Amino acid sequence: MGNAALALGALSAGVGLAAGYPGTPSSEIIEAISKRPHSGVHVEWSVNEKAALEVAAAAAYSGVRALVTMKQMGLNVASDPLMCVSYVGVKGGLVIVSADDPGPISSQTEQDSRRFADYCRIPVLDPASPEEAFQMVQDAFELSEKYGTPVILRPTTRVCHAYACVDAPETTAPRQGEGFVKDSKKWVIFPRLSYMNHGRIEARNVEIAKALSDYGYNRVEGSAGEKAVVASGVSYAYVKECLKNRPDVRLIRVATAFPFPESFMLKALAGVKEVMCFEELSPYVEEQLLKLAGRYAFNISVSGKLDGSLPHNGEYSTEICAAALSRFLGLGIGLKQIDTSDMPALPLRPPVLCAGCPHRASFYAVKRAMQGKKAVFCGDIGCYTLGNALLLDLVDTCLCMGAGITMAQGFYHTDKDAVCFAFVGDSTFFASGMTGVVNALYNEGDIVLVVLDNSTTAMTGHQPHPGTGRNMTGNFVDKVDIEGVLRGMGVKTVLTVDPLEHEKAVEAVKACAAQKGVKAIIFKSPCIALSKPKGKCSVDADKCIGCKKCVRELGCPALTVSGGKVVIDRNLCTGCALCAKICPMNAIGGEAHE
Amino acid sequence: MNKDILICGVGGQGTVLASKIIASAAMDEGNSVHSAETIGMAQRGGSVTSHVRIGENVFSPLIPFGSADLLLAFEPAEAVRSLKYLKPEGVAIVNTVPTLPVTESLNPGAYDPQRMLEYLKTKCACIFVNSDEACAPFGSNKFFNIVLLGIAAGSGKLGLSRETLIRQIEQRVPARFVDVNKQAFEAGCELGKPKL
Repeated sequence: MGNAALALGALSAGVGLAAGYPGTPSSEIIEAISKRPHSGVHVEWSVNEKAALEVAAAAAYSGVRALVTMKQMGLNVASDPLMCVSYVGVKGGLVIVSADDPGPISSQTEQDSRRFADYCRIPVLDPASPEEAFQMVQDAFELSEKYGTPVILRPTTRVCHAYACVDAPETTAPRQGEGFVKDSKKWVIFPRLSYMNHGRIEARNVEIAKALSDYGYNRVEGSAGEKAVVASGVSYAYVKECLKNRPDVRLIRVATAFPFPESFMLKALAGVKEVMCFEELSPYVEEQLLKLAGRYAFNISVSGKLDGSLPHNGEYSTEICAAALSRFLGLGIGLKQIDTSDMPALPLRPPVLCAGCPHRASFYAVKRAMQGKKAVFCGDIGCYTLGNALLLDLVDTCLCMGAGITMAQGFYHTDKDAVCFAFVGDSTFFASGMTGVVNALYNEGDIVLVVLDNSTTAMTGHQPHPGTGRNMTGNFVDKVDIEGVLRGMGVKTVLTVDPLEHEKAVEAVKACAAQKGVKAIIFKSPCIALSKPKGKCSVDADKCIGCKKCVRELGCPALTVSGGKVVIDRNLCTGCALCAKICPMNAIGGEAHE
Repeated sequence: MNKDILICGVGGQGTVLASKIIASAAMDEGNSVHSAETIGMAQRGGSVTSHVRIGENVFSPLIPFGSADLLLAFEPAEAVRSLKYLKPEGVAIVNTVPTLPVTESLNPGAYDPQRMLEYLKTKCACIFVNSDEACAPFGSNKFFNIVLLGIAAGSGKLGLSRETLIRQIEQRVPARFVDVNKQAFEAGCELGKPKL
């Protein structure tokens, strides 16, 4: 996997500390490091990306090579330390992997981390394959140390989750740092230092751009002509797939978007009159070409996203690239395909909560308790965002990590009649939920906080967090207790309930909704993907009247309808028996019932 | 060998393990392999695909439309959804048992799996298999991924030896499930043997 290749590359580079926060498509990097022999390397899941970057910055100040991993949304969270450490600089190499997600497949936005690199004035490398990711992370450490700057490595989903063969050394060892050396003129950020360093950074970036012009992954393929194709990131792989039998087409690959390798590009564009840019997310390289053309006043037509030749949004593919290349080059590119224009309508498959997921029970308890009442349900980031899916339909907002809590408070101030709920997962609570609770307490918010505690970070692949009592070193540590944290902050009503005890759960919600101030329910039940199923439920077809209340209210994937009666898919059912509790005909039973 | 294999299904059906076994077996036989998976939110009951690309001169991590030699479909509608990846002369091995989306339950009959299977037959060479029947001896449809792998191997369309595949199964499934998975694989091989 590309993420494993990144991990192996970092270990090969002698990384001494690796920290991150889980987020698709980046999560497997930290996991891969922890699974390989990594004696002497500190590996951690930090509580969030800001914490991860700050932990890593200290290592880099001490001369140790440090890796930080996150998805692109995490870079927003880490942007405060990132911007500052960009000004301060580093001693040991500091590489930030920010995995972008064109599509987006599993993210809120289609932001482009290359722009972040430009914004922070630090170099960014952009691999097109797992093989390149392995090499580039090592190059990134070299670059970082040579110029004393953090470096961003920007893979995308199709690099992170692609697999390829990589030759990695069997054993690696972390490079020793000399330890932190006090130098307050260097390590303490102050306006005067920032002013000086700002000038140095801009001068240095000119030098780096020159050096990167000779970087092997910035290269020109194919013979010279008046038309050229420019590609960056995984778009290069798609374009190369289209042009693999066309050595007559000039293909310019840009692997370092910032600092832009100007002298390389000027050489590559010699004699070219028309160029088309292929890059996902934002037209970064395209804009650099336009800048270049403006500054050097040469007559070149640049097409890509900005002139509508290629889409701004969504991920690219061999097909999208083939169509654009065919128009640009006047060639027919693409393979003979089966005609599927007469395809029958296909069922839609939006993702849903798993059968037996305790979050379903939690959402349903809230839904029943609030029936007929005015309420706003603020969701958050995690599996439980899927509480918005039909037929549960119980998430009204979702913005970013931790926002559910602060938004619920905001809704309260604008509509005092509504009961304002905030759903937050256990890992998200630790990542960025706690400050919101303090804010609501301090500013007299009136909210019901519902912590959906399944004792894991489920959506990203079941990573441990401070509430689980395990960490990435494999050690058992004291659990940070969510109930204790809330009480310590001053939340007076904190009820811990098993959501699968349905009536108790409903009562708990009603009790909290009736009180003033900040109240909390912790719905505690382990993730169904990690726990042993309790059994199977089944429907007594003689009793089932086909009212479909269970289907309509719960939206459980194990419940289907056949011949007017409800049928439970035995391959999916885990025996949570939530449906049995709501069936008006008592037609559903657990294992004992069979 | 140059071969593109597309695996499609619904999140949770075990497509990822099937693709990992094929990819590693192909590597064991000395091939260069590239593959790609759907990971993340779509895994929760959404449509998922795995792309396995065996051989040299491969660049895109995803199989281009019209390039797959073999389509392994865990679900009839997903087979139709992924048909565009198949070469016109390619082969599809398709589970006939549908997975109904949750929303379909309120509008029964909107999704007609039989229609999907009829449609597939008009478009490409198909091998159909009923996962409920094929997995009955093993007590759970969780073994269908390995049965399907067996069918692909038995049909000769996979281009990988049974021994290499079995070695990968032994390495990748938990020890206590190795025997039943091997039986599932052998049963699949029998099902996949070209009928005379």
